[in-house]
Amino acid sequence: MTCVTAPVVMQGLAASRQPAIRHERGQRQVFCGLTGIVWLHRKMQDAFFLVVGSRTCAHLLQSAAGVMIFAEPRFGTAIIDERDLAGLADANDELDRAVGDLLARRPDVRLLFLVGSCPSEVIKLDLSRAAARLSATFAPDVRVLHYSGSGIETTFTDGEDACLASLVPGLPAEPLTAAPSLLIVGALPDVVEDQFCRLFAAMGIGPVGFLPPRQSRQLPAVGAQTRFLLAQPFLDATARALEGRGARWLAAPFPFGAEGTTAWLRAAADAWCVDPGRFRQATQASEERARHALARHRAQLAGKRVFFFPDSQLEVPLARFLWRELGVDLIEVGTPYLHRRRHAAEIALLPDDVPIWEGQHLERQLDRCRAAQPDLVVCGLGLANPLEAEGMTTKWSIELVFTPIHGYEQAGDLAALFARPLLRKQRLEV
Amino acid sequence: MQLSLWTYEGPPHIGAMRVATAMEHVHYVLHAPQGDTYADLLFTMIERRQKRPPVTYTTFEARDLGSDTAELFQGAVREAFDRFRPQAMLVGSSCTASLLQDDPGGLARALGLPIPVIPLDLPAYQRKENWGAAETFYRLVRTFAAGTAGRDGQPKEPAAAVRPRCNLLGATALGFRHRDDVEEVAKLLARIGVEVNVIAPLGATPADLARLGAADFNVVLYPEIGATAAQWLKREFGQPLVSAAPLGVGATRDFVNEIARLTGIDPEPALSDQASRLPWYSRSVDSTYLTGKRVFIFGDATHAVAAARVAARELGFEVVGLGSYSREFAREVRDAARQYDIEALITDNYLEVEAAIAALQPELVLGTQMERHIAKRLGIPCAVISAPTHVQDYPARYSPQMGFEGANVLFDSWVHPLMMGLEEHLLTMFREDFEFRDGIAPSHLGTPAKPVDVAAAVPASIASAPPAPGPAASWDLEAERELRKIPFFVRGKARRNTESFARVRGVTVITVETLYDAKAHFSR
Repeated sequence: MTCVTAPVVMQGLAASRQPAIRHERGQRQVFCGLTGIVWLHRKMQDAFFLVVGSRTCAHLLQSAAGVMIFAEPRFGTAIIDERDLAGLADANDELDRAVGDLLARRPDVRLLFLVGSCPSEVIKLDLSRAAARLSATFAPDVRVLHYSGSGIETTFTDGEDACLASLVPGLPAEPLTAAPSLLIVGALPDVVEDQFCRLFAAMGIGPVGFLPPRQSRQLPAVGAQTRFLLAQPFLDATARALEGRGARWLAAPFPFGAEGTTAWLRAAADAWCVDPGRFRQATQASEERARHALARHRAQLAGKRVFFFPDSQLEVPLARFLWRELGVDLIEVGTPYLHRRRHAAEIALLPDDVPIWEGQHLERQLDRCRAAQPDLVVCGLGLANPLEAEGMTTKWSIELVFTPIHGYEQAGDLAALFARPLLRKQRLEV
Repeated sequence: MQLSLWTYEGPPHIGAMRVATAMEHVHYVLHAPQGDTYADLLFTMIERRQKRPPVTYTTFEARDLGSDTAELFQGAVREAFDRFRPQAMLVGSSCTASLLQDDPGGLARALGLPIPVIPLDLPAYQRKENWGAAETFYRLVRTFAAGTAGRDGQPKEPAAAVRPRCNLLGATALGFRHRDDVEEVAKLLARIGVEVNVIAPLGATPADLARLGAADFNVVLYPEIGATAAQWLKREFGQPLVSAAPLGVGATRDFVNEIARLTGIDPEPALSDQASRLPWYSRSVDSTYLTGKRVFIFGDATHAVAAARVAARELGFEVVGLGSYSREFAREVRDAARQYDIEALITDNYLEVEAAIAALQPELVLGTQMERHIAKRLGIPCAVISAPTHVQDYPARYSPQMGFEGANVLFDSWVHPLMMGLEEHLLTMFREDFEFRDGIAPSHLGTPAKPVDVAAAVPASIASAPPAPGPAASWDLEAERELRKIPFFVRGKARRNTESFARVRGVTVITVETLYDAKAHFSR
């Protein structure tokens, strides 16, 4: 492949512009990485997620998933009890027994993730050895991997990153003679994957693989001819693991809104030397449809003052989308962590004075929010109703993780998620 | 290590949060990693509370473990005190922090705050939510009521001019209808001339807890949460306690009579009028179809035991299963089960409950949100009677479970999911009708017309577990066809009865004759 990918620079913006990023430490109000299981178990349909943790972990998953309980979930918890802690029972024997019970009950499971938690990290239960041991026991029917979703090491969407990174060493190597291939990294709704596949096909880009795959036995191959796009901004560990296998990251803004999606697709098109005319032809109709859909919400959102509490690490790309395509005024953009390198193209698109805050001190942030009296507060489930009761208008951020929001066809839906709370406020008379 | 898919109770610090959130001017500093902050959404989303729970989390991270998590904890306590100015502070650890052995109580005391600081030692790997709530409430009551002017350790003789006073204990945040039960029970007490002294923990301040001793007796609405504190109050102030929950018409009458005996007042004002519609609704002819319906009951001990009484004696159901996840109250549940000639199921493993329901094939399940999902899966009607709860269990309307109005609510909410009497008959008579067709849910529920196959819905591991020893008989084609003519909601029972009838008689092939022999044998 002769084309070289260049960092995407939008018209009229210099990549060197860097807003000051402020830091804060204190009480955080963010889910831990276990929460990712709630959507990952729906994406990989033959996988089971077994958290090795406490009753609190089980209760978290149940509560976070409470809005969408299924008859029998493909996740569960091996609850550590005092016998395990007192050394009366060998924790490894206990874990083997729990896994044996589980796999006997669920013969359809092909991939089992042992998911580390805060207590399993603190008592230093070695899940990598457990995974190797159990893999040997249950091969070839079931593969056993492990990752940590613990809240002392990961925050919310980091759980997906850790999970996907654990899949990378097991991806098959691409053949030496392989042609360049494109890998899309990040759990996307099936319908969005299919839309992207059609766009890439129209540009002549392929083969296209997805990580995570829908079935654990359809793992994409990886190697020096692999180019990958990140569909989510929080996948740094997975990206590094892929780079470690020779794959190359195509730096780009994330595919939110018409502009973001075009820039993201163009990164691939540039790598494949797609003729600009062909790129336009492939994307024009969809992009116009997206812009048309956004225009309807612009009237509602333009000039509105928006405040982001840190939650999913989607905050910076979404703030860019709201500012550039819907004309909102950004009051504060809080994010739990900011991976500078993966966000460079996003930050280049934001205004110089955008107040990005990394980390959290909940009470001080609430003070700033109350003082600013924004028109819309994007925040987690624990804060939304109390802020509504104080008279603010909120958008719960978890919906941004559970709803199809990527790509052209979802751009209008994404704008609608922000517009609806404002519309509701206008409508309600009591 | 126990494999768990869903849990009935959260960890004990959630119980402590339920007490702190229920009260005013109490703050809880919890040594916990950031993931534990999910607990706020239980209150703000599920219960739709308008305020954040009064809880500060230290949210320590891996990098703090090497340095000083104790200092982090003290900083959080100091900051929380300065910002919220509570009248009492609860301090403790969640599961992860308890492994660090930081001693929150000692650390907080060392700060010398000018308010009572109550350390909570809640063993996270051993105990659960209700126990945590009971322990927290007890600690608070002891802290504020000890040494206050009470009844001098003697039961008080009611003076004729003074209305007897009681405390209502046990209602918390995130309780199953606690909000409405408290209101209903207070109304009931007012009708018989009993004054409510303090309601706690729900809505109480620390100062209110200091007035607990001024009551003549205590009403423990939810023994799982209020009994520990009430037992201490009995020892400290000699306050007798009424712990028969007024759930159902009979239990409410007993409740009123017990209070009348305690206080010497006349129960008739509350009992004589047509206080509840349940007795007449159960006697009205339409309710004939309720008689003998097989019901499976599971929940916390108080609600499960009370529901069994209402089901059996006030609606005429047959209780075929009764169980609870409240291990602390296992004896009470076992005693109750014996009244219905069944063995109580005491477990916190939802898979065991699912297996029991699948094997018993009841016609109605009364349970928690967990049983609601099991029942949905098995195609059995269900009503929720107990925590754990869901956002649906906090209705906008007034909907108590206790007292006479509560009994009306029980009648409606348990009967509503069932097939109406005449509809059930029509289904039996005209099985091929496209609207009344086999497997279709009750028409008044408006659910999509999707046939439910109970047998197919039973998980393999459960379906394959034989209920009794002996070789299983096989069904001949004609008998199988005849079985299909039996309405789906009783087909499981018919199949099970016929098979056990065949097994006992050593019949190896079940024919149409065997089916009807079994029917005659089991009909009463």
